[in-house]
Amino acid sequence: MTAKTNPPESRKPASPELLSRRAFLERVTFILGGIGTLAMSVPLVGYVLAPVFKNDVPKWRPVGKVGDFKVGETVAISFDNAAPLPWDGQTGKTGAWLRRNSETEFIAFALTCTHLGCPVRWMASAELFMCPCHGGVYYKDGSVAAGPPPKPLPRFETRINNGVVEVKTQPVAIQRS
Amino acid sequence: MKDTFKKIWQWVDERTGLGEMLGPQLTHLVPHDARWWYVFGSATLMAFSLQIVTGILLAFTYVPSGGQAYDSLMYITHVQPWGWYLRALHFYGASAMILMMIIHMVQVFAFGSYKYPREMNWLSGVLLFAFTITLGFTGQLMRWDQNAVWSIMVAAEQAGRVPIIGPWLGRFIVGGDVESASTLTKFYALHVFVLPGIILAFIGLHLQLVLKNGISEPPTPGKTVDPATERAEYHELMEKTGVPFWPDAAWRDAVFGVGLLLAIMFCAWYFGAPAMDNPPDPSLTTANPQPDWYLMWYFAVLALMPPQIESVVMVFGPLLMGLLLFSVPFISNSGERHLKKRPWAVGAIVLGAILVGVLWHAASEENWSPHFTEKPLPVEVVQSTDAHVIHGATLFYDRGCINCHAIQGHGGVKGPDLTFIGSKLDASQIILRIANGGKGMPSFAGILKSDEMGDLLAFLQTRKHAPLPYSNNN
Repeated sequence: MTAKTNPPESRKPASPELLSRRAFLERVTFILGGIGTLAMSVPLVGYVLAPVFKNDVPKWRPVGKVGDFKVGETVAISFDNAAPLPWDGQTGKTGAWLRRNSETEFIAFALTCTHLGCPVRWMASAELFMCPCHGGVYYKDGSVAAGPPPKPLPRFETRINNGVVEVKTQPVAIQRS
Repeated sequence: MKDTFKKIWQWVDERTGLGEMLGPQLTHLVPHDARWWYVFGSATLMAFSLQIVTGILLAFTYVPSGGQAYDSLMYITHVQPWGWYLRALHFYGASAMILMMIIHMVQVFAFGSYKYPREMNWLSGVLLFAFTITLGFTGQLMRWDQNAVWSIMVAAEQAGRVPIIGPWLGRFIVGGDVESASTLTKFYALHVFVLPGIILAFIGLHLQLVLKNGISEPPTPGKTVDPATERAEYHELMEKTGVPFWPDAAWRDAVFGVGLLLAIMFCAWYFGAPAMDNPPDPSLTTANPQPDWYLMWYFAVLALMPPQIESVVMVFGPLLMGLLLFSVPFISNSGERHLKKRPWAVGAIVLGAILVGVLWHAASEENWSPHFTEKPLPVEVVQSTDAHVIHGATLFYDRGCINCHAIQGHGGVKGPDLTFIGSKLDASQIILRIANGGKGMPSFAGILKSDEMGDLLAFLQTRKHAPLPYSNNN
């Protein structure tokens, strides 16, 4: 037989002293448990939420020599994230569309459609960006041509540094409602 | 031999009390007429058990690293003996679990089994449903292919629509400024530790409730649930006509469960492991993120919602669905259980099935998306020797018209079919539409050169109904 019954004293009618002692012990247990849980959870929750509040310092990343790009063309580029980890692999890079607008002007568009974040494709001969998900279309300057996107394609900052085109990393654009 | 086993069992049982603990549970009385409609809950559990086993085995080899997850899955699929089969089992096991769960839920709703005293059975079941769908979605992310990394972006963008805390939620899903290896490891931990753990705990609660409240007898029209007398009536019914669950009812669960396992094994062997998209290389821009089948209908919701209200739908839609499911036993927990006497319940099932069915169909057509795999129009479609018309047909492909418009079955379905456009619109109307565009169509005024517009027009004007035999105009 398993021991199913409580010890004998608990079956006696409890005296007022015993009752207040039990109430006290219950309270002590709950308060101690509460303190322990709180003390433990602050750093744990902090650990889980840290990525939300960690802002990487933006970095300028080279994507090719100025001469590699033709005026009026838009090509796919990819560059290292601001703070890649050794085990990131391919995931440590960001892709983008780079357009050479003139001799000195480069525009880098994020891949993320402003509707729901799907990667837009450059249709070179149509000179349009098309989104595969819900039919968003953008003109070659990133402005909305058709479909549900609420805003133009996000852009990365670009510069020319010693004949090399550089793109400045930035967080992915999450649209607000 | 048999005696030896019996002796060993007696030795163990005397020291552990296992028989005393499990015996009454296994032989609890169930309605004698609870037959094949009652197998779907245990079938869901059977599928989940398979998921635990196959999931652990996959984790023997899978490397949850941003740089290596994809390669390790390729290794499992193409190199490791039985690897492809295990991946396939895990995929079809997940599908089976979700399918069985949905059938179980509809059956419980249709039988009015959620009414007193089984409200908590229903509520814990709704939570299990939500956790299981999340488990499925996080499982899809484990493939860590293009589809997975972009699905995370889409999820983050949806979370971003939540008022006030949206951007933080989105950042939490992405895992910081950008996706990285930590994004994968977070979802990995959720998929293999957190969610299965929560689900196991809730299955424990769910089963405890089944034992406490008993399995509901099949409904009879006119036999109502009255919370004041229901427990006593059920108790009396069981004493009179109940049968022990083991083995009188359990054998059906076993038969159906094994049948389900065989079906999963067959699908795994016949269809193989789910296809992997391209590796998560950001310079490949051909991703087309889509959820697995059980969420495809919701994918259609996101596509078809007018942009003005889609933020509201994205945020409050899932919330409302959850709330609706949660409120079921609070809307009515007494009265009739049989569908014949519950017209609103019939309406809810039919409406739900039609809604999901239509959305599913829409998602399979996906006629809101441009086609990217179209080829230039074949000669037999162009059917012209005029240089301008031929050039126009080339432009129809080059300038992306074909991505959204079809001619004789060649092309996308996002925009109107242009097979007979020459019969419907005159030259100035066609030019106006091409130049100005519309809600779903870009303006091509700045894209087409003037001679190109002329040639495209010439081509489109040849797209006419075949001349009728008795007509004279050409």
